[in-house]
Amino acid sequence: MSGSVEQPPQPANALRLHRQLAAIWATGPGVQRLAAVNHSVLGLRMMITSFVFFAIGGVLGMLTRVQLATPNSTFMDAGTYNQVFTMHGSMMLFLFAIPMVESVAVYLTPKILGTRDFAFPRLTAYGYWCYLFGATILTVSLLAGVAPDSGWFMYTPLSSNVFTPGINADVWLLGVTFVEISALSLAMEIVVSVLKMRAPGMSLDRMPIFGWYILVTALMMIVAFPPLILGSILLEVERAFGLPFFDPARGGDPLLWQHLFWLFGHPDVYIIFLPMAAVLSTIIPVFAGRPLVGYRAIVVAIVALAFLSFGIWVHHMFTVGIPHLALAFFSAGSAIVAVPTAVQIFAWLATLSHGRPRWDLPMLYVFGFFFVFVAGGLTGVMLAMVPFDWQAHDTYFVVAHMHYVVAGALAFPMLAALYYWLPLLTGRSTVQRLSTVAFWLVFVGFNMTFFLMHLTGLLGMPRRIYTYTGYESWNWLNLLSSVGSFIMTIGFALVVIDLVVQLRYGRRVRRDPWRATTFEWAMPIPPQPYAFASIPHVGAGTDRTEAGRIALSLARGEGYLGAARNGWQETLGVHMVSGKPDQLIVLPQPTYLPLWTALATAVAVLALLFKLYPVAIVATVVIAGLFVLAAQRSGHARDYGPLPVGRGVSVPPHTEVAEAPPWLALICVLVADGTLFASLLFGTFYLWIAAPNWPGGVSPDPSRLLALGAVAALAVGAVASRLSLRALAAAGGAQGWIVLAMLALAGSIAALVGMMGGVTPDPRTHALGATAVALLCFVVVHAGIGLLFLVSNLLRLAGGRVSPRRLVDFRLTRLWLDYTTVTGVLALALVLALPALVSVLGARA
Amino acid sequence: MRAAIQTSGAALLAGCSGPFSTLAPGGAAADSIASLWWIMLAGAVVLFALVMGLFGLVVWRPGWGSRVSPARWIVLGGLVLPGIVLLPLIAYALVAGERLLPLPSFGSAVPRVEAEGRQWSWTFRYPGQGGVTTSNVLHLAAGTPVDIDVTSKDVIHAFWVPTLAGKIDAVPGRTNRLRVQADRPGQYEGQCNEFCGLGHATMRFVVLVHRPEDYAAALARAAAAEGAGKK
Repeated sequence: MSGSVEQPPQPANALRLHRQLAAIWATGPGVQRLAAVNHSVLGLRMMITSFVFFAIGGVLGMLTRVQLATPNSTFMDAGTYNQVFTMHGSMMLFLFAIPMVESVAVYLTPKILGTRDFAFPRLTAYGYWCYLFGATILTVSLLAGVAPDSGWFMYTPLSSNVFTPGINADVWLLGVTFVEISALSLAMEIVVSVLKMRAPGMSLDRMPIFGWYILVTALMMIVAFPPLILGSILLEVERAFGLPFFDPARGGDPLLWQHLFWLFGHPDVYIIFLPMAAVLSTIIPVFAGRPLVGYRAIVVAIVALAFLSFGIWVHHMFTVGIPHLALAFFSAGSAIVAVPTAVQIFAWLATLSHGRPRWDLPMLYVFGFFFVFVAGGLTGVMLAMVPFDWQAHDTYFVVAHMHYVVAGALAFPMLAALYYWLPLLTGRSTVQRLSTVAFWLVFVGFNMTFFLMHLTGLLGMPRRIYTYTGYESWNWLNLLSSVGSFIMTIGFALVVIDLVVQLRYGRRVRRDPWRATTFEWAMPIPPQPYAFASIPHVGAGTDRTEAGRIALSLARGEGYLGAARNGWQETLGVHMVSGKPDQLIVLPQPTYLPLWTALATAVAVLALLFKLYPVAIVATVVIAGLFVLAAQRSGHARDYGPLPVGRGVSVPPHTEVAEAPPWLALICVLVADGTLFASLLFGTFYLWIAAPNWPGGVSPDPSRLLALGAVAALAVGAVASRLSLRALAAAGGAQGWIVLAMLALAGSIAALVGMMGGVTPDPRTHALGATAVALLCFVVVHAGIGLLFLVSNLLRLAGGRVSPRRLVDFRLTRLWLDYTTVTGVLALALVLALPALVSVLGARA
Repeated sequence: MRAAIQTSGAALLAGCSGPFSTLAPGGAAADSIASLWWIMLAGAVVLFALVMGLFGLVVWRPGWGSRVSPARWIVLGGLVLPGIVLLPLIAYALVAGERLLPLPSFGSAVPRVEAEGRQWSWTFRYPGQGGVTTSNVLHLAAGTPVDIDVTSKDVIHAFWVPTLAGKIDAVPGRTNRLRVQADRPGQYEGQCNEFCGLGHATMRFVVLVHRPEDYAAALARAAAAEGAGKK
């Protein structure tokens, strides 16, 4: 079968190989840069973009400090201040912290794991553009003076259309959700890539610890973002169309928003912290001159941390009136988080104590991290104690704590990472004196600003007030905090100057300047778009070899895939656990498709923002079309069978294996989607059990017949899709089954829309009707996406992109339709059961 | 020497005072929480010094601590240390929290006051005192525990008198109960502690605590004066 494939020539010399691979992998010049899909290019872009938003968010933070420096300040009025502090928090969290850690993951992970790129380069690009466009919408709203102003956690009813009638809250709900598309898509890509794309021989238990942290972080993102996305959708629907989910007068409950928000919000703190811990666990061993101590303990600790972090969101809600014993449970959970954190801290200390630490600039920032993170962790344990939180909640004590654990524990490792990896990006070393001064300015400024806030909070200053009168005894503390913030800002400015100076005048560094053992140093400096001229093999002792020593051999093509073939962007897929190569992954070339898709998404978001719903519908159709189009360009038009990949190994291309990246990606999608669905079920049950103003004896009459019809149609679709897969595998005709599945799905959609029309009570008047509509909509959307899968199958069947050996597409459709059927049955059962459930609990006002 | 300690102690206490200070308690609940804070502060200082001290030693005294095996480092620091610190702390805080709850008390019924927040003011209603109401001034009797039933007419607010007790949210559609007791007559300061829009910063109120024997009359006078003011 592989007769027409070019055979790998004799080992080329390094320069020739570099030229060949560079020609294949390069992003074009000029306007073609917009078509980039390479992880190095996009990772760097995303990093720079996130730093721009860090600067904007930082300026907003400075504005709040100017306002609060003195009592009765007239620098800003309340309205402006509310926009400024809301955007400071929203930007720092959504537009800086999360994209920044993701950009680090995108840029570094493939290099550290010894592979050439991520699994879905076009998705990386789409994620980047969504981030850029969403962030731009938010920033423009600030310039236009209509920025969100309900605080970064958007508590409703304040953020409802009654109390925030303008566009401000819509900007947040739509803009942040837009940015979250990027976070979620990158998270899925990271999970699949870490699991499937590593250097051969790198089994999970010898994966660099960085990979573990990034994997756990990405998994957390997949589960953490859906509750907030659901909450944002429901709140936007309540604002735009009047369906009550949070309005207590109509059977909603404002506390539901808080639950959904903090189900995301708390894990988010660890989503930001874990990648920074990854940095520390990577660079501390380098400077200790020995491998990391307690690798397994740390892996267990971060997995435990991930689980715990989803169980303690209520500690943000100790004052909302939840029974004390329930709070005690969350209080204990929150305190226990200290255990896996302490395990990491002491593993780092043990690594240093058992090594021969050498002192260099990144270690200075590691010291900064220890200082602020331990302090922030200790105040975190204090706040986990319920009675203390009753006093400290929503005061500057919390502001101080939160900046210690999120800002400090992010900023110091981030700068440590910057100084550690910059030589890789620039090939130059830093100008020591400047960087040391910058550190001390940031460190002193940070602690001066935020340490004093603990006391300000204990003296009773609530967060989010735009002014105070002067007799509260907060004056001096606020003034000193403001002075500290300026010192910190000067420090950050000096870091920027230092970077510019380094780029211009830094000494050139030799390869692997820190004598590290991770693979990102086993490549040319600065990294080439193909990353590795050939992919390293991880054998006994590789993990302890200084990376610089194997770089030359890799450059000569002595690893895997050390030759150009067919102009393909090739990399290897490995078995998830053992790291044994099992497929040749051929990645897509640069394309403008992600840009167009993101632009169409931006149009849809803007149309929703300005309530131009027909435009939004057209844009959605365009987006769907572009996704189907993207699917048409994937894979191969023929079977290849096993192809040689070097070192005597032959593996089939990814199109011909069961465990292909798209398959794992769909599983990730379903996990995220299942979390969203579970959140919707949770919300429905929560309102039924806890919300005020629920009627006693309503007798809504959802049409059982239509429900039965919808379920039957979904089941027929799922079965037909299975049969189409079976027919294709047996090289028979599959079109008929696909068409049948499409008809079935269309039928189910019609039945569901019919049900929606008959929902009582009117969905605008009560949450009972509104939740029913939400559940039905969920099923409709999934059946609709199922139709897209089937359309794509038909097209790819016609285009010869599938074959009995290339079945992935059909397996994806089967899985999606199975999932749609299962969730559809659950959703419809709940819709039918809700009226009966309501009479179980009886009326309550 | 003693004078120096006294002076610095006084300076420290002065730094902790203020009309909204949680560290200058005027009631049992705030007092209990302030004690919890001082205990935790002492513990935190010790732990912070311990970890930073270890960091300094392992970095600047190479080889220090290398006789302790890595596993022992992790078990001692990651499991034993947090266990010793956290378990008693959680138990202490749980008991302390239980004692602050507005549980039914023995014998006499605890008087109730209804507090309703709205953008941007507070209304207090006294069911035990003929249902009179006052705005932005809460009248209490010294030495008497009172249950405040807190709710909101519009968005979420929070009822907080830092010198007397912790805070509780005022959530529309719900009523939350907070027990408050002021030990001595006098004036205390309260404020909204949940961001509620443009007037959040100025949504303050005053708590006037009367001697128990003067309470009913003082409240009636204030309510009547307010009513007259409205007319």
